[in-house]
Amino acid sequence: MALTKEEVQHVAKLARLELSEDEVDKYTVQLNAILEYARKLEALDTTNVPPTAHAFPLQNVMREDKVTASMAQEKVVSNAPDEEDGFFKVPRIV
Amino acid sequence: MRDFDFEIVMGLEVHAELHTKSKIFCGCTTEFGGEQNTHVCPVCLGLPGVLPVLNEKVADYAMKAGLALNCKIASFSKFDRKNYFYPDLPKAYQISQFDLPIASGGYIDIEIEGKKKRIGITRVHMEEDAGKLVHGGGSLAYAGYSLADYNRTGVPLIEIVSEPDIRSIEEAIAYLDLLKAILEYTEVSDCKMEQGSLRCDANVSLRPWGQKELGTKTELKNMNSFKALQKALEYEIERQAEVLREGGKIIQETRMWDENKGETISLRSKEEAHDYRYFPDPDLPPIIISEEWVERIRQTLPELPQARQIRLVESYGLPSYDASVITGSKAMADYFDQACSAYGIALPAGQSTDDKGKERAKQISNYMMGELSRRLNASDQGYQDSPITPENLVELLTLIEGGTISGKIAKTVFDEMFESGKKPKQIVEEKGLVQISDEGAIAAVVSEVVAKNPQVVADFKAGKDKAVGFFVGQVMKATRGKANPGLVNKLLMEELKKQ
Amino acid sequence: MKLYSKRAHELHELLVSKQVSAVELVNDVAARLEDVEPKVLAFVSQRIEDAKAEAARVDDKIASGETIGPLEGIPMAIKDNMCTEGIPTTCSSKMLHNFVPPYSATVVRKLNEAGAIMLGKVNMDEFAMGSSCENSWQEGTRNPWRLERVPGGSSGGSAASVAAGQAIFSLGSDTGGSIRQPAAFCGVVGLKPTYGSVSRYGLIAFASSLDQIGPFSRDVRDCAQVMNVIAGHDPLDSTSAPIDRPDYTSFLNKSIKGWRIGVPKEYFGEGIDAEVEEVLRKAMKTLESLGAELVECSLPHTEYALPCYYIIAPAEASSNLARYDGVRYGFRTEDAEDLISMFSKTRSEGFGEEVKRRIMLGTYALSSGYYDAYYLKALKVRTLIKQDFDRAFEKFDVLLSPTTPTVAFTCGDRLENPLQMYQSDICTLSVNLAGIPAISINAGFADGLPIGLQFMGKPFEEGRLLQISHAFEEATGCHSQMAPLKGGCEG
Repeated sequence: MALTKEEVQHVAKLARLELSEDEVDKYTVQLNAILEYARKLEALDTTNVPPTAHAFPLQNVMREDKVTASMAQEKVVSNAPDEEDGFFKVPRIV
Repeated sequence: MRDFDFEIVMGLEVHAELHTKSKIFCGCTTEFGGEQNTHVCPVCLGLPGVLPVLNEKVADYAMKAGLALNCKIASFSKFDRKNYFYPDLPKAYQISQFDLPIASGGYIDIEIEGKKKRIGITRVHMEEDAGKLVHGGGSLAYAGYSLADYNRTGVPLIEIVSEPDIRSIEEAIAYLDLLKAILEYTEVSDCKMEQGSLRCDANVSLRPWGQKELGTKTELKNMNSFKALQKALEYEIERQAEVLREGGKIIQETRMWDENKGETISLRSKEEAHDYRYFPDPDLPPIIISEEWVERIRQTLPELPQARQIRLVESYGLPSYDASVITGSKAMADYFDQACSAYGIALPAGQSTDDKGKERAKQISNYMMGELSRRLNASDQGYQDSPITPENLVELLTLIEGGTISGKIAKTVFDEMFESGKKPKQIVEEKGLVQISDEGAIAAVVSEVVAKNPQVVADFKAGKDKAVGFFVGQVMKATRGKANPGLVNKLLMEELKKQ
Repeated sequence: MKLYSKRAHELHELLVSKQVSAVELVNDVAARLEDVEPKVLAFVSQRIEDAKAEAARVDDKIASGETIGPLEGIPMAIKDNMCTEGIPTTCSSKMLHNFVPPYSATVVRKLNEAGAIMLGKVNMDEFAMGSSCENSWQEGTRNPWRLERVPGGSSGGSAASVAAGQAIFSLGSDTGGSIRQPAAFCGVVGLKPTYGSVSRYGLIAFASSLDQIGPFSRDVRDCAQVMNVIAGHDPLDSTSAPIDRPDYTSFLNKSIKGWRIGVPKEYFGEGIDAEVEEVLRKAMKTLESLGAELVECSLPHTEYALPCYYIIAPAEASSNLARYDGVRYGFRTEDAEDLISMFSKTRSEGFGEEVKRRIMLGTYALSSGYYDAYYLKALKVRTLIKQDFDRAFEKFDVLLSPTTPTVAFTCGDRLENPLQMYQSDICTLSVNLAGIPAISINAGFADGLPIGLQFMGKPFEEGRLLQISHAFEEATGCHSQMAPLKGGCEG
């Protein structure tokens, strides 16, 4: 199940990356090499093995429902590439 | 709906904002409104390096809603990331729940034309709300740019997904209505559709009668009121029916209800690749829910709308129509119960009041369903902020019951109470509206009126019934409406018989 | 007096006894920093003037007779992926080249409260993805032992600055070896604490279930001192362990007599350079002479750690790095017609090659149809790797291995072959997957290049790692050398 160029392009779209033709070629080769290596894992029988999503088994970590101070508006937008009247401005959506 | 060519199959996805003080993963306020980007901190802004910490009330409320919807509560639940890019989503993923929601497998029973119908609840899960986009240039389609406000980002939500059990628009409305009432009763959400704290999406498909397989569905979004839901469903069902009648195929897609145009518009876009790449959020440890925790939440469940409706019928003898209207909103039902307490007829569930009590309850109901609801609606107020308190309403009813004022005067007093919020006794005293029940005083007025109008007396004797009404009117006029109508009638007939 | 070559605990004595003022100390280290920076290229940004002002306040405190903490007035450096309020935090990426955080990471706040003085932010592989510090938007940092060699990565700047005397200690982060591998290459002490020991709040995430912040220092005592400040429960991090941290210095100067040290054979197989193995064997002899018993053991799933890691880490990263979309902060493309092109152009122009490669890999591993085969499978293999360690720690106090299979490699050597680059973390990855603590200390040299010795421990037993490392250091004195700053990439 080698990764095709079309799949690489689809993945790039999902990840919101615009790749040049050269990059698509390069990533197709490199990702296939890494994935082939990752296929080593198939050799292991993991039928009754539970997944480990967290390194340390904590549970029910919660905070009290208490309001704390928010930031001032000018601080919120202080890093904005484009800003208008305290809003973050983005180009047209469609 | 048998006259329609197709069977309608619908499921609703309802998002309700939970009524917490702070957001789901940070301490920012959940208060509605506020200037743009002022209820925002590094965490809900998704700045590099920040981490979420779960608000304990969110789990409590989600569980409470789940229990109220007859769901099973999961013993192990976790948060997952739903990955997609949109400018209202600061982390480019929404923290939600995928395969292990906090509650699942429930139902609610709606009533359609007196018949019960059960609608399954697939799941209830917790997630964070996104921000709000304002489109420069009006609608999304024509905007030259958009502006993002993240005040709402991270407000806790529960998503309630129904089974595709809904077969008509009436059922859809009844389902949403009951769901809204349940969420209000449990006080997990304030359910204000106009503020977006209750939102509804619908999955709609049609199939020929008798066909087992489901037809292709579309997902409808952006229905901000019951009216919009009704109109959008009507439009979409007809649109799909037309496509199918002409032998066409329904495309699985998301469609947005455009209120101004009165139609649903496809949101499909070639660029859009739908693959949310859900995976367990490594920043949030799982939630293990013990029996004790579930029990603790179960103890906080209030009496739910349907139980309350039954109690109102059984305890107070209310007609079931009255009971269903009153229990349709928690505030209204609470008002009714408080009024019953004030009237001294409140009872624990399972007991029923005597005839006198039933009469009083009906009086309360009549006022609420009539004049009070009319006035509150007209002034866009709810029962929770009624200027006439339940205690004051009962005081008014007591004045009528005791003969202190007439029913007619009561209307005047009621209006004044609604305007000023004053107590009825004070109004009656200030305006001198106490009913005249002194027989001597009324008799004097009656004989004076009769003496002044010999022609009408003659009419009465000639059998014209209208004559009585004329005399009553004259007596009331002379007493400025304060004469006890029963006494007026009695004394008038005695006087006329003497003539 | 070459103050810059001393350790924090020595400098603390000098400050307390008023032989040296904090301002003198900052001046001395800052002068060294400036002097060697053209060769080492460790820093992304500097704040010398502010540091001097802070030092003056420490001197006021000393003058007024107040006691000062062990790190008070000590010049240090912070990896540029930890948020510093009001000070640019770039992750060595064009994507965040102009990002000024409005808040500080918990570790930064704690060090600040402890009076440590930050001289600047140090270089790294972009978003901590890399093993050579060459994947930086800026020029790559050099190895102070031989300048044509890499310092390791991703915390290359943190390791090099300490080895070159540009900072007394530093903080780095370790996702698959990013503290230990550069510590080994630069001949300094580097500790990756147990997952959950040190708060991640304010650490710009690479792979959230693997990332951990830890110290770089010139000896083990300093490492313990820094841990005393940065470790401990943080309510802002839900994965932070709710346990009290011990006094890490209490483990120093204690015998390791009778300790059982496991030596997993999988870490000494092919791929390990002979010179590395030779130094390691010598180190093992030293430990035996200190009374420890060394026993060969097995961690059978070791060979699966690399493929497992290269599914889990990119998957988490693909999600963590999705927020860099040009809307709220950081870089935004100049030519965007609409939203979608703004997103994809911003991300294509803002991220470097390795970052894009890992985002692609992670996105693929999580995408529909492949999740079970790659991501879920990797999470299950992670369980097996963890169980290997659980079993080993039933028998052993600590495990011993080389930190890296080779000494520092030459700049540019492995850039074209990602898989070969990934191999340099082969000895360190398992520790992150299992969430356990591990330390790298200098064990000796081969041809003038440092070789790292790694001890791995049970969860929350950093103390034991410090104990054995200290015993080894005291016995060998390897720690006392300063990097010579010889050679050069351009010849």
